Amino acid sequence: MIFYPLGKYILLLKAVFRKPEKWNIYRKEIFHEMNSIGVGSVWIISIISVFLGMVTTVQTAFQLVSDLIPKSTIGMIVRDSTILELSPTISALVLAGKVGSSVASQIGTMRVTEQIDALEIMGINSPGYLILPKIIAAVVTIPMLVIISIGLSIWGGYLAGTISGAVTANDFIAGTIDGFRGFTLTVSMVKAVVFAFIITSVSAYQGFYTSGGALDVGISSTRAVVVSCIMILFADYLVAQLLL
Amino acid sequence: MIEIHDIHKTFGDNYVLKGISGVFREGMCNLIIGGSGSGKTTLLKCMVGLHEPEQGSVMYDGRDFTRMTFEERIDIRKEIGMLFQSSALFDSMTVEENIMFPLNMFTEMKTKEKKERVNFCLERVNLAGKNKLYPAELSGGMKKRVGIARAISMQPKYLFVDEPNSGLDPKTAIVIDELINELTEEYKITTVVVTHDMNSVMGIGDNIIFLYNGKKEWEGSNKEIAKTDNQQLNDFVFASKFTQAAKDKL
Repeated sequence: MIFYPLGKYILLLKAVFRKPEKWNIYRKEIFHEMNSIGVGSVWIISIISVFLGMVTTVQTAFQLVSDLIPKSTIGMIVRDSTILELSPTISALVLAGKVGSSVASQIGTMRVTEQIDALEIMGINSPGYLILPKIIAAVVTIPMLVIISIGLSIWGGYLAGTISGAVTANDFIAGTIDGFRGFTLTVSMVKAVVFAFIITSVSAYQGFYTSGGALDVGISSTRAVVVSCIMILFADYLVAQLLL
Repeated sequence: MIEIHDIHKTFGDNYVLKGISGVFREGMCNLIIGGSGSGKTTLLKCMVGLHEPEQGSVMYDGRDFTRMTFEERIDIRKEIGMLFQSSALFDSMTVEENIMFPLNMFTEMKTKEKKERVNFCLERVNLAGKNKLYPAELSGGMKKRVGIARAISMQPKYLFVDEPNSGLDPKTAIVIDELINELTEEYKITTVVVTHDMNSVMGIGDNIIFLYNGKKEWEGSNKEIAKTDNQQLNDFVFASKFTQAAKDKL
């Protein structure tokens, strides 16, 4: 049951990575997609990241009731949970909704309106032309979004901690610096790249094999988000298990 | 010239094409006609490689298209132009960008040359000056004409047209038919038109293949169609009282 779609997905990826007809046209498409996927998602990622950091600080402070644990621990927990889990994973889940549904509906609409057939008749490798620029754009821009998310999330945590009085500014900053391991950032970036690939390739797969009409485009779009989210969480576990 | 030999195609349990053979000649409008579900669009898609037939071959001037790899097919595809039923223009591109797209992909022409070619194609389909419009700003007939302009931009040897008149008023439909006929004769293109429009059949049907239940039921020209005694074809072509009366007067 799972092998048929898996096989189709692998064959689609094989076609995606076939040699492009003309690199300069693909390059133009990649920049266009970087703008759409990356720049177009900066605001939503910024807003959720700030709140994510604020909530993490407040809830960590609520749980640290013992006087034996220094308050700087709050900063440490916010930093590590943000870098390792919250920023890459929550950002990816949000982007699965925003970018994934857009990719699936865009390609699905092209399929049902015969635009993909038109590309193929011209002799163009349609999976390559439509999907490769999206994958490259996502793999480049989503890690950048995750870096922005990490910075804003920690800043949000600092803000919530100092405003509520749960932790002093000095304690929070000391906590974020103390015992920092650069490897956590590497893990975070690996996750971001893997999630970016999943979001674009899974959504493009759902869109590319749409058949029928407008209703089916909607179904593909919904399925793209659901499957991407499940795959992101599965990959999250896999990367954590392998790297940590 | 395009030759098809013994084309078979199934979708699951649905046996759509049951061994169709035929010859589509150069400089002629070759029509594939038939009722809904008779397999004419499937046959067209098998001919251009959008569907793979289970059996049979499609020969483009002696070159066996069905046995070729994706890379080998590219050379033939560059010689193919196609007008889709829905026009299939790229929504995100202007008229000019749509027509220029295959030129950008497959030629080394300079921008000025490409623009000249686009303007020539647009003039040829009577849409000069519409370069900067988007498909959403065009009427159905204009979309079809832009589709034709895009199809001829690479100077194709083979032109495939799927239901050119669907959704068009009779007057615009005749304009599209005449345009296809003119281009076919002018550039000596092998044109294959799938239609169930009787005006097209009578107007441009130099060579007609009639499909019935996935089989070739009849072959001939528009001059022969009125005299045929094939029951299935008569039922299809002269289905209305109006066309029956017209036939009786002949």
